[in-house]
Amino acid sequence: MSRKYIGIDIGSTASKVCILEEGKEPVFEVLPTGWNSKITAGIIKQDLEKRYDDLDDAKVVATGYGRISVEYADHVITEISCHGIGGYNMIGRDCTIIDIGGQDTKYINVVGGKPIDFLMNDKCAAGTGKFIEVMANRLGLTIEELFELAEIGEPISISSLCTVFAESEVINYMGEGRSREDLAAGVIDSVALKVATLVQRKELQDTVIITGGFSNNEFFASLLSKKLGKTALAMPDGRYAGAYGAALLAKQKDK
Amino acid sequence: MADNQKMWAELGMNLEMHDMLCAVLPGAIGDVFMSQENRPAAMDYFDMVLADVHGLRPAELVEFRKNGGKVFGTFCAYVPDEVIVAAGAIATGLCAGSQFWVPGGERYLPANTCPLIKAMLGARFDKTCPFYRLADVYIGENTCDGKKKAYEILGTDVPLHVMDLPQMKRPKDYLKWADEIKDLKELVEKVTGNKVTEEKLAEAIKLINAKRAALERLYALRRNKNVPISGTDTLLISQIAYYDDPARFTAMVNKLCDELDQRVADGVSVAEGKKRILISGTPMAIPNWKLHNLVETSGGVVVCEETCTGTRYFENQVDESGATLDEMIQNIADRYMGINCACFTPNTARADDVIRLAKESKADGVIDVNLMFCQTYDIEGRSLEERCKAEGIPFLGIETDYTDNDAQQLKTRIGAFIELLG
Ligand code: SF4
Ligand code: SF4
Repeated sequence: MSRKYIGIDIGSTASKVCILEEGKEPVFEVLPTGWNSKITAGIIKQDLEKRYDDLDDAKVVATGYGRISVEYADHVITEISCHGIGGYNMIGRDCTIIDIGGQDTKYINVVGGKPIDFLMNDKCAAGTGKFIEVMANRLGLTIEELFELAEIGEPISISSLCTVFAESEVINYMGEGRSREDLAAGVIDSVALKVATLVQRKELQDTVIITGGFSNNEFFASLLSKKLGKTALAMPDGRYAGAYGAALLAKQKDK
Repeated sequence: MADNQKMWAELGMNLEMHDMLCAVLPGAIGDVFMSQENRPAAMDYFDMVLADVHGLRPAELVEFRKNGGKVFGTFCAYVPDEVIVAAGAIATGLCAGSQFWVPGGERYLPANTCPLIKAMLGARFDKTCPFYRLADVYIGENTCDGKKKAYEILGTDVPLHVMDLPQMKRPKDYLKWADEIKDLKELVEKVTGNKVTEEKLAEAIKLINAKRAALERLYALRRNKNVPISGTDTLLISQIAYYDDPARFTAMVNKLCDELDQRVADGVSVAEGKKRILISGTPMAIPNWKLHNLVETSGGVVVCEETCTGTRYFENQVDESGATLDEMIQNIADRYMGINCACFTPNTARADDVIRLAKESKADGVIDVNLMFCQTYDIEGRSLEERCKAEGIPFLGIETDYTDNDAQQLKTRIGAFIELLG
């Protein structure tokens, strides 16, 4: 039996696992991170041991926000490198990756198969998954519902740069009796705008892909494309890009 | 330590609050310094100075003042110690690098002010720093707007003289700075009652040149392939340079360099397999070791600092050939005007410095670190990035403050930057 390579991406909201094995399709798993990433890492380990009985010589790379909590990892690599490698291998060519994570948004430029430049939002949570989550809660919607409503709404402009202020802006609009559709559209629109603003100083290649929690959302991809002035591709397995990259790097490091 | 308590009380310090500061320092020193491996033995001296940072040197200043000596507090690399020393006085840096002082400063300043400036006011008004109590006169300087305005507030509480630093580097600006240094000379003469003679000034120039030469020697040693000393340790030395006795400091740095010479000869490295990083940007006042600690625990080693706690402090010497006071003062002015701070326009020479230093120190990448709300350095970061990119030098820009809120995120960004260098 061939050696397994496991990538574990402990994000702030969700934890993703990728298992690579010679001659087989990559296997992806996801579970919520919860409040303690050490416990999450433990659950992942138990889970893996239950399903595979030949993990003794498996190689593990941990990445993501809680990467240091994976005590059994052979290597710890930042999510920038992992998303870069994962995204590149998913699309199969050089690309610019926009990763919208739970806590931060990243820009990664992959040239010659290698991540060569990156940017992370450092100011606040606006333009990240956290922002969408906070706003969905405020509007009494699940995140899926928020995206669905956004598609039929007319975006109301939400101008605050800070999540907390943006939330009170939304509350004001709710008080004015604006429709949830329009507010939902406004929320998604503002995220796309913030992401586009973040990357405006950076080079975008012809292929731009979206990874992270909302990466399979076509509506968001088309909205972001408009703001970027360039086609950004939705990726069905985009949320696993970090874990996939981690597993690939586990394999690479083994050689 | 009991003596310290007595001294602090006599200095009118807020002891209760100061105890809180003293309580966190040993832990921070342990985490940042003692956890490093294979440190040079001659770091002992600097460790000792740090461990008793509010005791040892302040006690010397207290003694000095008992005998009628005067202490001048300074805030900027442009203010020449030479003139102060020549009048038989002591110059001490007052830059403040701890979050501990920031809330105190925010009582006087808008929250969106650079943490260095906020900490300055906090340290003064909270009465939790002996150096701020011991300086008889503060010497400010017109550099950034934040400091300019903060000096107005500080000046309500302590005698303060502001030097009008030019913001351009035309020939007439060099003359103007010499003029300002003459005013400083007159001020220190008046405060101390001592005359700055040609002989005394020539001596002071030699003394401070020797200090700069020692630091230059230390920094040159870091250029070796086998890095003999960590950036974190070197940063501490650069910080101590601002307030230690110059002659003793010089001797201690040279002693350390002797040991490092031996390390180089023996091929000893503290950074096997690590990526070489040049840090550029705003000053890192004691006890701000945040970035160095992050870089050096993420697979990097800092091999040079293009900052005011780095090369801007010691590069270039004062020409020692001046015979008259006027000549000497002009030579001093010329040396200090050679510093390239973002408060000046244009300031393209700073980017030249960064490129040159990156090459000299064989840096794998440049991390430009600016204090939050420091507009001039922040704006300049962009052109610096373009210059570095044009030279093929990887560049990472970081804006941060004294808190640890962003430590996790910075670890990712710095870690990724270093991974990408591999
Ligand atoms: S950064 Fe500029 S203003 Fe600040 S200490 Fe250095 S030279 Fe002075
Ligand atoms: S870091 Fe910038 S804002 Fe702060 S004191 Fe120095 S020049 Fe002024």
